[in-house]
Amino acid sequence: MSEAVPPLTIIGGYLGAGKTTLVNHILRRSNGRRLAVMVNEFGSLPIDADLIEAEDGDLIAIAGGCVCCSYGDDLMAALAKLADLAPPPDHILLEASGVALPGSIASTVSLFGQAARLHGVVVLADAERLPEFLHDPYLSDTIERQLRAADLVVLTKTDLASPQRIEDSRTIARAHSSTSSIIESQGGDVEAALLLADFDVATVSRGSEGPHQLHLETQTLPMADAVNPDAFARSLANDPLVVRAKGHFLADPDGRALTLQLVGPRYTISEAPARTQPGVVVIRKLPQAAEEPR
Amino acid sequence: MITIFQAHKILTMNPQRPIATHVAIRDGVILGAGELGELAGWGPHRIEDRFAEKVLMPGFVEGHCHLMEGALWSHTYVGFFDRMSPDGDVQKGCKSLAAVLEKIALAEAKLTDPAAPLPGWSLDPIYFDNERVHRAQLDAISTERPIGLLHASGHIMNVNTKALELAGLLRPGINHEGVPLGDDGFPTGELKGPEIMTPVAAHVGFDRDMLACDEAGLWRFAKLCVRAGVTTATDLAAKLPDDAVSLMRRVTGERSFPARVVPLRFHVGVSPEDLISHVQALAPQSTEKLRLGRIKVIVDGSIQGFSARLRTPGYYNGAPNGLWYIAPEHLAYILEKSLEHGILVHTHTNGDEATQLVLDTMRRALRKVPCRDHRFTLQHCQLADTAQFMQMKELGLCVNLFANHHHYWGDQHYELTVGPERAERMNAAGTAARLGVPFAIHSDAPITPLGPLFTGWCAMNRRTATGRVLGDAEKITLDQALYAITLGAAYTLKMDGEIGSIEAGKRADFTVLEDDPEVMGVERLKDTRVWGTVLGGQIFAASDV
Repeated sequence: MSEAVPPLTIIGGYLGAGKTTLVNHILRRSNGRRLAVMVNEFGSLPIDADLIEAEDGDLIAIAGGCVCCSYGDDLMAALAKLADLAPPPDHILLEASGVALPGSIASTVSLFGQAARLHGVVVLADAERLPEFLHDPYLSDTIERQLRAADLVVLTKTDLASPQRIEDSRTIARAHSSTSSIIESQGGDVEAALLLADFDVATVSRGSEGPHQLHLETQTLPMADAVNPDAFARSLANDPLVVRAKGHFLADPDGRALTLQLVGPRYTISEAPARTQPGVVVIRKLPQAAEEPR
Repeated sequence: MITIFQAHKILTMNPQRPIATHVAIRDGVILGAGELGELAGWGPHRIEDRFAEKVLMPGFVEGHCHLMEGALWSHTYVGFFDRMSPDGDVQKGCKSLAAVLEKIALAEAKLTDPAAPLPGWSLDPIYFDNERVHRAQLDAISTERPIGLLHASGHIMNVNTKALELAGLLRPGINHEGVPLGDDGFPTGELKGPEIMTPVAAHVGFDRDMLACDEAGLWRFAKLCVRAGVTTATDLAAKLPDDAVSLMRRVTGERSFPARVVPLRFHVGVSPEDLISHVQALAPQSTEKLRLGRIKVIVDGSIQGFSARLRTPGYYNGAPNGLWYIAPEHLAYILEKSLEHGILVHTHTNGDEATQLVLDTMRRALRKVPCRDHRFTLQHCQLADTAQFMQMKELGLCVNLFANHHHYWGDQHYELTVGPERAERMNAAGTAARLGVPFAIHSDAPITPLGPLFTGWCAMNRRTATGRVLGDAEKITLDQALYAITLGAAYTLKMDGEIGSIEAGKRADFTVLEDDPEVMGVERLKDTRVWGTVLGGQIFAASDV
């Protein structure tokens, strides 16, 4: 797969989980990255008028090279429209609607993957309300299916929830999402860094809302020697503490330079761009409590 | 100028004066129905006697169909059943897969542009022992142009190799439940589910915007209305962007356009807040023949697609429960705001859990915004049980049941989707009638053919395509069926004060019949011949449109 095909991250979760807040947060801090944000409809996405450079029906161009696109009932047509953008976006964030099943979206995106390659499924869950949703007869199975599809579960609104609620939510998330990584949100910066392809480890580590507060640690693997690509990626994907990894390495035995993208248990390996230096950054949770291997 | 129509018999559907021989009209409005002597008192008039040997009824109202029926007729019809085209020729049904392929090959031979796509519609393999179409069979017709056959259900499509190639799907290693693979590891060409079909559909000539509404399609749709005796028809799910609205206003505004169209704005792709403000902006743009300002909410999927939301005990074959197409909070917002602003909402619910969600949400909404006579209507509502009909009654909801579906797919529901007991209770018009829930019955054209007399026959006989009587207790009478396709449907649209019966003050909308439905009766109602319609006093002969 060519590097020109941008990575796509699906952001799922029920209404009120904080998807739009997160998307807005990321847009405000795009830092020169050209992001394409896909939303079901524009209604809930307040974009400051002075940021809007151009509007064309369901596509809005935002200062700094980002675009926002509403997909309504035709996701693939919207994705095809993004594929026509020149130059292509650096990363696509797809905000699923509250009752959508991110797993279904993921398999459809992989099927028609000419315009994007699936990079991960992130499901947000409101730590205060998750337990009650699991008791709602209309919603419980939908929420469970959302959690099951996640590579990374972010428990949000932990500042508003009691410790007991957070613990309950954590247990639920783990029960229904046994293979994914689960983190607790503290305001958006870390999720932003985890979601985007080109996070800068130093920045993330230094920031006041950085990994230290979240009990995350970052590590750079030098990758001096060539490795078997799949075996190497699987070793990270199978480690329940690893939430995110990205970088370049040389393949054993042919010595090709490859790029690894990993979110929770899902990874993709592609040809590395020219002149890249080997090195893979890994973000992992500190082992506070024993975790089941996935 | 006053015109008095003379007829062999007029079934007015007005219980105070059920039968008449004459109806007087002026400026498109009925002055009265009765005998000539009674009507002459209105003043100087002209007698129109060309219906002297015919039977008049109020113009039929189709409460759930789609303008797409008109657009589809520019493509090749490959359905199992004979179906009347907008031009009036009855296209023979394709009784075997070989016949389907032969018809597609004939259509192919007429195309001159070698790259032009070839779309066909209404394929239904259940009538061919479920034999599936393989792309190789379509490749035998053409390997150069993309070919796609849309199934009658609207949920599946079969395409040839060229179409797969254009969509980027001609490759091994695909792992998706909607894309079955052949022995060679490549897709067979069958595509199941809207999210898989949609990206390929554009390559085979099913362009979505065109299917929603174009000028030629509008005209074809209106011609079908005349042939079916329909004078008012819904378009039950439209996005209604400005350009589509101005096109519809212009086309329906032409004097010779023979139908009144009622498009409902659907909720997908717009926030609940914007939905409300959009329909509020649309309402004042209504014209005599284009009625805007109503909302359609889609709550779940379809039963045969296993995407409808069912309550316990769920699907008969053990399939997992279906999908929500709207979040309960958004549904609640739309219902409350619409009650507050007097906007009419119709909700699509197929499964009984989806129906229950609407009932529960409506109960809470009415507590917040007490409102009588809202006429909110449950569309399809195929699986509702008696307790749910009781709740509809209590909450003032109407229901529009999918009688035709029961005929075409009842056997499948009996054997596969919901099992015998619930298949028998599906589309329970008898219960609606017994409990006094205002109800209509519908075709959902293009899913099944537009034709209220046939729809009435389905609801009275409940006979499936294989001849099984499915749910004897839910049959309705001839009177109830004729009511459902006139005043019943008009009531669900809040238009029963204006159309649906032949009585003083209402629009001069008539269905002109060669036969008397009361003579044709329960068994033969579907064979009643339609001569044409009168819309707002203007005559449209099926043979002329």
